[in-house]
Amino acid sequence: MIKVEGVTKRYARFTAVDNVSFEVGKGQIVGFLGPNGAGKTTTMRILTCFLPPSEGKASVAGFDVLEQPMEVKRRIGYLPETPPLYPDMEVGEYLDFVGKLKGLRGNDLAKRISETSDKVNIGDVRNKLIAKLSKGYRQRVGIAQALLHNPDVLILDEPTSGLDPKQILETRDLIKGLAGDHTIILSTHILPEVESTCERVVIISKGKLVATDTVDNLTNRMRGSENVGVEVESVEGTLDTKAVQRRLEQVSGVSKVVLREEKNNRANFEVESLQGRSIRADLARAVVEGGFALTELKAAGMSLEDVFLQLTSADQPESDKSEKGESA
Amino acid sequence: MSNILAIAQKELKSYFVSPIAYALLAIYALISGWFSLIAIANFIEMSMQGQGPADLNGYVIAPIVSNAAVLSLFLIPMITMRLFAEEKRTGTIELLLTSPVTDMEIILGKWLAAMGMYGAIMGIKLLCLSFVFMFGNPDWRPLATAYLGMFLQGGALLSIGMFISNTTKNQIVAGATTFGMCLLFWTFDWATTFKADGWAKVLAYLSLTAHFSSFTRGVIDTKDAIYFISVIVLGIFLTARSLESLRWRA
Repeated sequence: MIKVEGVTKRYARFTAVDNVSFEVGKGQIVGFLGPNGAGKTTTMRILTCFLPPSEGKASVAGFDVLEQPMEVKRRIGYLPETPPLYPDMEVGEYLDFVGKLKGLRGNDLAKRISETSDKVNIGDVRNKLIAKLSKGYRQRVGIAQALLHNPDVLILDEPTSGLDPKQILETRDLIKGLAGDHTIILSTHILPEVESTCERVVIISKGKLVATDTVDNLTNRMRGSENVGVEVESVEGTLDTKAVQRRLEQVSGVSKVVLREEKNNRANFEVESLQGRSIRADLARAVVEGGFALTELKAAGMSLEDVFLQLTSADQPESDKSEKGESA
Repeated sequence: MSNILAIAQKELKSYFVSPIAYALLAIYALISGWFSLIAIANFIEMSMQGQGPADLNGYVIAPIVSNAAVLSLFLIPMITMRLFAEEKRTGTIELLLTSPVTDMEIILGKWLAAMGMYGAIMGIKLLCLSFVFMFGNPDWRPLATAYLGMFLQGGALLSIGMFISNTTKNQIVAGATTFGMCLLFWTFDWATTFKADGWAKVLAYLSLTAHFSSFTRGVIDTKDAIYFISVIVLGIFLTARSLESLRWRA
């Protein structure tokens, strides 16, 4: 649905996006992840025909953004970082205007406005001035604007920024609900957001593509070995931590056992497995059979956050050469 | 075409939901009333001194109309300054430029809305003039050509103002620059006071005054109409180029 091949965007003094390529299939939700100033907004602006790429090709639904911008624009709904709202318009008026811009007229327009308003839950503010709306409502009107002409592709630039936690959850649910019918790219620098909403991730840092894969693959790929936190208590009398540690080390597949904390006859260990071995069941058995009480056992799996930090910091030495600072 | 109208409608509406339209209309009505009063008082004075009533067209309508043309120099920056500057400041320009409408549709829509606003203000002037027709019997034809002239001149300045508004995010900068340009265009023919050929002649040709005066005399001179139309086209063309440059500069 979306194809980006070797896209580069250069400004006079620096390169905002450097040779980025990725593809997004129909109906997928893709998280566009990167620190602030990584080039997410620039890439999105290229896809929405707001900016032309300096090099490379980008196409949406088979239409090139440079050669057939009208066809691309017809198929795209775009929510920029700040929702493009006219504060002195009422919500209904605004949607009416946007609908006309997108080429909807008459009954079609009225039908789409009421459908979209229901979908994003803004029916109750239709006669309110946009200037008087809360941030959460504004964001929803922004999403309504992008959805209005029922586009194949939705491009959402930080759709949850500035919302309160409840609104963030609502917005994420809304976006998840839209997948399938729409192909969605959403950018964010909040990692849990990608984990909870997206199937695939595109990570960029300082204008360069760092990784693109599914969320699961990415965390698996980076994880390799398993980390398990084990908390043990003595059944009676003082706890012999040395004995516990020996027992844990004897479990097959364990490569390393580290004592983390010891307090009031309770000890915390961090156990690392060998590559590709699952050790939790064996650890539990070993502890119990040794006559100790197992009070906690948790997989300290690698979060996307760790993956992200690893990937973007691995990129560090090379990208330091390129110039810093982005205005957009 | 319907895209142009949708944009024009939204733009015109935004003049009237904000205080801009009402402030401009009210102030213009006040000044316009004052100018008309003076012109009519002057006419009465002349009639008393001479034999019988003086020339209504010459003493009342012509001064009112030329004052209106000068007044529009002040109005035009206020009409055009927000056209693009505001969209650029708030980011709504992203909505326009990523919607399936052409740049030209956006520009023409905005220009038409500005013309509509300008027309509404000029309409207020007609209210004052209607009293002249109620109590006197002036010739309406010079007035009609004067209005045509005012629309052409207004259209030209509005399109230049629209271009200036597209070069900045700041409404005040856009307004001040437009006002300066309007004033310059108005006074270019002063060059002829000390030099009669060469560049002074070129400047004088570019002056609005020279092209506008024929319309107030009841003459529609194609040369003058073409001048105004070319300025309108130039302003629209410059706006289009500047809007396009937003894509590779921004």
